[in-house]
Amino acid sequence: MPEEAPVIEISNLRFAWKKRVEPVLSIASLQVNRGERVFLRGPSGSGKSSLLNLLAGVALPQSGRLKVLGQDMTALSSAQRDHFRAHHIGFIFQMFNLIPYLSVVENVTLPCRFSKKRKHKVLAQADSQQDEAIRLLGHLDMAQADVLHKPVSELSVGQQQRVAAARALIGSPELVIADEPTSSLDADRRTAFIDLLFRECDSANATLIFVSHDNSLVAPFERTIEFHELNHAASNQQPMLKAVT
Amino acid sequence: MAIPGLAIKSFRNRKFTTGLTVLSIALSVMLLLGIEKIRQGAETGFTNTVSGTDLIVGARSSPTQLLLYSVFHIGNPTNNISWESYEEITANPQVKWAIPISLGDSHKGYRVVGTTTQFYENFRFAGGKHLQLEQGEWFGKIDDAAVGAEVADEFGYRTGDKIVIAHGGGDESFIVHTDKPFKVAGILKRTGTPVDRAVYVGLKSIDALHQDFQGGEHDHDPLVAHDEHGDSGEQGGLSAILLGLQSRSAAISVQRTINEHDHEPLTAIMPGVVLLEVWQMMGMVERLLMIVSGFVVAVGLFSMLIILMTSLNERRREMAILRSVGARPAHVFVLIMGEAVFLTLLAIVIGVAMVYGLMLLLQPWLESMYGLYVDISLPTITELTLLGIIAVCGFFVGLIPGIRIYRYALADGMTIRV
Ligand SMILES: Nc1ncnc2c1ncn2[C@@H]1O[C@H](COP(=O)(O)OP(=O)(O)O)[C@@H](O)[C@H]1O
Ligand SMILES: [Mg+2]
Repeated sequence: MPEEAPVIEISNLRFAWKKRVEPVLSIASLQVNRGERVFLRGPSGSGKSSLLNLLAGVALPQSGRLKVLGQDMTALSSAQRDHFRAHHIGFIFQMFNLIPYLSVVENVTLPCRFSKKRKHKVLAQADSQQDEAIRLLGHLDMAQADVLHKPVSELSVGQQQRVAAARALIGSPELVIADEPTSSLDADRRTAFIDLLFRECDSANATLIFVSHDNSLVAPFERTIEFHELNHAASNQQPMLKAVT
Repeated sequence: MAIPGLAIKSFRNRKFTTGLTVLSIALSVMLLLGIEKIRQGAETGFTNTVSGTDLIVGARSSPTQLLLYSVFHIGNPTNNISWESYEEITANPQVKWAIPISLGDSHKGYRVVGTTTQFYENFRFAGGKHLQLEQGEWFGKIDDAAVGAEVADEFGYRTGDKIVIAHGGGDESFIVHTDKPFKVAGILKRTGTPVDRAVYVGLKSIDALHQDFQGGEHDHDPLVAHDEHGDSGEQGGLSAILLGLQSRSAAISVQRTINEHDHEPLTAIMPGVVLLEVWQMMGMVERLLMIVSGFVVAVGLFSMLIILMTSLNERRREMAILRSVGARPAHVFVLIMGEAVFLTLLAIVIGVAMVYGLMLLLQPWLESMYGLYVDISLPTITELTLLGIIAVCGFFVGLIPGIRIYRYALADGMTIRV
């Protein structure tokens, strides 16, 4: 049953951005279960974001098995993968997460424009998308009128990341992926942000994949994956040594 | 759908630069349409200069030349028509009326046309309108003159004013008949045709002037001298004759008869035909104007392309965000493409609105100052075609950044590349 299926199931996966280029990913096996909070750690350039692109269905592996939420991604057309992402995945980038010409609330409700499923989930819980956005922003301490009505470009980086978190969480996607979401925040803001993320993922019953190269953030996560142990692509092995030769 | 809403918000966010582009395209649309409207106005105005005249007769010359000097007062006849020929032609039973015209004198740079009351009664323009008087009456006495609207405006003439006529055309006329001033008997209403730019006197008055000049009898009372010649006015001959026929269909046969006239070589033309020929000759200028304004439109569209292309890099980030919430590469394409199309359509609407606004504003002035009647009506097929071409061009301009962002979206995935 899909309910019981692992959130992520990877085996013998190989991936390169372009055909003739060396693969950036070579993963023998990876499984993440429902409700887990995973810290994925690795130096920059090691292919973490590339893996997230695969999980989100933006790119496809050249070979191997890739199942997300029980769905074999390689069996879907690109349009189906785009729909899949819209329905099931919330994504937070490192920075510049917001569309500059949309208001705070419009940024949060953006996924509902692309997924009827998430829109309906929102409307099952709240009177309107706006209400739900404001509720989520409230949890993130961002629902003050002056913040809500500011142009997003005038928000601080920390505020922007919290808006991005609200967007990733709206409509309760099963999988929340955060690609170094705290690297543009200062130290005490980082832990606060991670706390928020945990709380919201819990209440939404979402699985969280958190990517970072920052060791100091490991503590609260129940599971940590060292990326260089996971990924056996040649380009990922001993980057230091490679630089010398 | 998600995309149109986003496109409009994105446009509003950059309203200053995009606004300027829209304005520049709108202005070029206005220019293009405005020129087209004026061209149409000028063409109708031009072909409206004579109407109801079936034939114009002059000494043998090119049809264009005959048309130009007889109707537009441009250039001079090489020869005159004799009074005998005039009588012979008017004796033809097909001829309903005849307006004799004698040129060769001027008043302060404006042509003086020697003619008869026939001119006032039978000359028609703009689809059959008759001449009308603003003030006074058509000349009756030998020293009466009727002046065209533009002449009257330029010199502020009123009925009763005295004006002096010079022999020869233009400003460098050599003999000025100061001793025989004319009295302004009437001022014609504006017609928007060359009629406005002339002074009309009796044929006999012209002859009197010339007789006098040739005889050199300056102490003679000119009026007495003229009365002796009676009504014939045969001395000077005529420059041209405008003919109205009993039936239009007779024009070709009467034309042939006149062209084969034995006594002296004559040319008869159908003004409508020659007007069209001349207008087509001037079509060069008109086409040139259209090409220039076409280029202005192209420049406007090109500036839109530049704006879209330069904003593309900064928008790659936006595209990655949209991709992450489920947007397809096609959505991203439509977003950019839609913006170009939206901007072009907006510019067209604004441009058209500006043209109609300007026409409403300027129409009375154009008509009274230049006799140019621009017709405020729904866009013609030509205009709609022009607008359609612009819209299609806007579409193609949008394709360029659209295709590029589509490629980016595929290649970048959700990687944010700055
Ligand atoms: N969209 C892309 N197109 C081509 N190459 C890419 C793309 N994204 C990442 N790469 C390449 O893949 C490699 C791994 O990068 P990335 O997955 O971003 O690593 P990380 O997120 O761990 O820093 C790098 O060499 C990078 O240049
Ligand atoms: Mg990365």
